[in-house]
Amino acid sequence: MTNSDIRAMITTQLGRIAPDIPIESIDPKADLRDEFDIDSMDFLTLITALGRELSLPMPEADYDQMRSFDDLLTYLQTNTN
Amino acid sequence: MSQFLMPSLGADMADGILVEQLIARGDPVHRGDIIAAVETQKGAIEIEVFEDGFLDDWLVPLGTKVAVGTPIANIRTSDTPDIPKPVDPPPPPRPSEAPQPTDPVVPPDLPEDPMPPPYQPPVQPEELAGQDRQRVSPAARRRAAQIGFDLSALGTDRIIALGDLPDTPAAEPMSAMRQAISAAMSRSKREIPHYYLSDSIDLTAAEDFITLHNANQPPDTRLAIGALYVRAVALAAQAFPEFNGHFENEQFAPAPAVHLGMAINLRGGGLAAPALHDASEGDLDALMARLRDLVARVKKGRFRARELADPTITLTSLGDRGVRGITGVIFPPQVAIVGIGTPSVQAAVIDDQIKPRRIADITLAADHRVSDGHRGARFLRAIIDHLQHPETL
Repeated sequence: MTNSDIRAMITTQLGRIAPDIPIESIDPKADLRDEFDIDSMDFLTLITALGRELSLPMPEADYDQMRSFDDLLTYLQTNTN
Repeated sequence: MSQFLMPSLGADMADGILVEQLIARGDPVHRGDIIAAVETQKGAIEIEVFEDGFLDDWLVPLGTKVAVGTPIANIRTSDTPDIPKPVDPPPPPRPSEAPQPTDPVVPPDLPEDPMPPPYQPPVQPEELAGQDRQRVSPAARRRAAQIGFDLSALGTDRIIALGDLPDTPAAEPMSAMRQAISAAMSRSKREIPHYYLSDSIDLTAAEDFITLHNANQPPDTRLAIGALYVRAVALAAQAFPEFNGHFENEQFAPAPAVHLGMAINLRGGGLAAPALHDASEGDLDALMARLRDLVARVKKGRFRARELADPTITLTSLGDRGVRGITGVIFPPQVAIVGIGTPSVQAAVIDDQIKPRRIADITLAADHRVSDGHRGARFLRAIIDHLQHPETL
């Protein structure tokens, strides 16, 4: 799994949840939930989908490491390698 | 044989457009199956059938607007003699946009073969060509045109329905949504003498309960605090029946079960408040699964008829990125709406000590024709007590 695979995976899932927000328009270092205007149920949907695709447990205790798009990317890269 | 009628999906609905026929002629149906979709001001609504049997025939062509109460299908119930499924292919679906007369009801005893040639209005050549390649429901075709989506990307192996298209905010349905909200809320403010109560609620215990529950759970079985809100309101509403039911024809009818309307924000504008049925029943994990299913469907614009027609009380909550409090407007003919704001860390005095706690505002708007502030306060207090003791949920 390359870094660009993971980036594409996150982008695809966010596109399903927030199709009205172009990925290029967001600040990758800002809070993901604010940038995509997603609520906690949407976030849970995102985590569920990514956890399933990458076979990762994505524990709730790690949510703080998934705050921004870049944080989430780093977290997934670190935990799949 | 019985007739399946265009259902009423709310007091303000006069007619609907049949946009999807999901069961073919002659196929079996079971109570609770979704057999059609109807387009209304509120979006595409999935329609359930209420008995077992076979779908004998569709009585209304796709794309036809018919009044509430109009027969739209014949259902052959299981106790009537079996009629072999017709071997002829059904007549081609007719174009949706042209106004069409409603088909006469076919007497069930007539032999079905040969079929009388159905009335075919003139068809645009490109529509005919499109039908040869791909079967697309009118609602899906319209949405595709609105958002500029290329239908050929979806293949020809099945009937393309609205749910197969990407979710994109479309200008026209949203203005219809705005109209529906406007009609319901204006009626509420015109007819319902609201009174309002508020308190703050310490949600620290509820959040700790969720954290503990979720610690060893995979994402798909995690709880959200919203499930606790739902259960707390449902339990309190059972104990205080004057907040759970419908006010119609100058009188209040309490509901035997709690079908909790969930105010759900829709991307691109508007909201919907469909019912989570029997919200006091089952354990929290099952409730959470149903809540997830409902939210996911509603965000795609798919409701079931019963979900829109029968909420008995509504909950509106701002989630974790809102503001401290919200006071709702009652959805007629309901008589109460509970609002829960976004929790934030505040200083609270507990056992003479100042401690940081997670606190939100909680409000009740209720109908003064049915209840008074004293009972309202006890009802709100009951919700708070449940949420402060999440192990009781």
